[in-house]
Amino acid sequence: MSSTRRLFIAAALGLGLGFASSAHAQGAAERFITVSSTTSTQDSGLFGHLLPLFKAKTGIDVRVVSQGTGQALDTGRRGDADVVFVHARAQELKFVEDGFGVERKAVMYNDFVLIGPKSDPAGIKGSADIAAALKAIAAKQAPFVSRGDRSGTHSAELALWKGADLDLEKIRGSWYREIGQGMGAALNTAGGMNGYVLSDRGTWLSFKNRGELDIVVEGDRRLFNQYGVMLVNPQKHPHVKAKDGQAFIDWLVGPEGQKAIADYKIEGKQLFFPNAAQPGA
Amino acid sequence: MTVPDAFREAAGLVVDLDPRFVGIVALSLRVTLTAVLAAAAIGLPLGALLGISRFPGRSAVIVFVNALMGLPPVVAGLMIFLLLSRSGPLGSWGMLFTPSAMIAAQTLLVLPIVIALTRQTVEDLWGEYREHLASIGLTGLRAVPTLLWDARFALATALLAGFGRASAEVGAVLIVGGNIAGYTRTMTTAIALETSKGDLALALGLGLVLVCLTLFVNAAAYGASRLGARYAG
Repeated sequence: MSSTRRLFIAAALGLGLGFASSAHAQGAAERFITVSSTTSTQDSGLFGHLLPLFKAKTGIDVRVVSQGTGQALDTGRRGDADVVFVHARAQELKFVEDGFGVERKAVMYNDFVLIGPKSDPAGIKGSADIAAALKAIAAKQAPFVSRGDRSGTHSAELALWKGADLDLEKIRGSWYREIGQGMGAALNTAGGMNGYVLSDRGTWLSFKNRGELDIVVEGDRRLFNQYGVMLVNPQKHPHVKAKDGQAFIDWLVGPEGQKAIADYKIEGKQLFFPNAAQPGA
Repeated sequence: MTVPDAFREAAGLVVDLDPRFVGIVALSLRVTLTAVLAAAAIGLPLGALLGISRFPGRSAVIVFVNALMGLPPVVAGLMIFLLLSRSGPLGSWGMLFTPSAMIAAQTLLVLPIVIALTRQTVEDLWGEYREHLASIGLTGLRAVPTLLWDARFALATALLAGFGRASAEVGAVLIVGGNIAGYTRTMTTAIALETSKGDLALALGLGLVLVCLTLFVNAAAYGASRLGARYAG
């Protein structure tokens, strides 16, 4: 009996060591960078299209952790990522100003669309005036789903309410629902409660559970959505892989990356529009 | 989305054996099984020790360990995250967003289950066989291996409970692993991701595969214990 027992313990230990060492070896052999980015770049499938092209060219594996923009910037601030790729210009510039990022570069844009139920209780379908549409939603107290997660889309939504001269703190009621989750979850929720929701176009186009949802407002200049990319400052966090991270940024804003972004389509529709060369983007 | 779609997706995943899918399943199993083994290596002796020892404050320790069985996965994840972040005390290890970090978080989740159930089992056995063990010279610490061995079938169930907790959780691995495609994406984080992408059929399909895997692991453990009882018993 005791020899069986010893065998059993030895086997268990051996198995454990095997697992642990295989995990270790795998981690050490690869050349990789960690990128913190937004749910929109991931959920829309853009990274699935870009990263294999970048890896084929440079051999660098890109590990993407997708979070809301606010959280993605925090990940960069803590030094848990080498590159941050998000969409909230003011927050990005502050990130660089505070010394956490080296330089912000514009990459691409798409636009936000207001999604709503086909029954359209606020009567705003087909409008191209986002301020008027938000006023109508607030007046009718039609259900509205907010990301509520400090993401780029959430920041944009808050700015749009402000731009429509609506004080959210005063007018909000049970019709305004903050869910604190990603874009896809917000769309699922809006579908479930027949509510309105602000979405980036990329995630909307690739979203599969549309049900009764459709675009109700689009094409307003105020719905513009710019993406930027930054290297986490190696002076703040010495372990940052500055060379490989910079290679990724240079590729993204260079001709090959920009073309790859323009080439990404779902059902024939282009999702993101490269504009790295545009001044002031 | 209909339920038959989900079954079709599940069957498709299994039949196609897409390498990405196989990678996700393999990673899930590797992380969870390693965490259970680590928790067993630490928790079985600790639990047995707690079962046979008497010291001031022992009841408090037992209540504390029992309560930790209800530790929310997201809290366990957060604790490991704060430890391993580059700005945390163990940041220089560079372990955040790796499978090792996920194993650490799941070990933390499984450990209280193993300790608490081992403690109870060993304490009961100890009450029954204490004098017998003492008569063959096994007192105190020296009785621990024998007690653990005699309780092995009950302890196997404790480990399976730990396996169930680890394989089903999403909160901890999502926070410390980051759900990185092809690197730290597990069955549960993939299910959460596909749900958020609105691909409910694929999400439920993955869920079905996960349930089948759990069934398979439990069946294997049950079979092994039956075999063990017959030959080694």
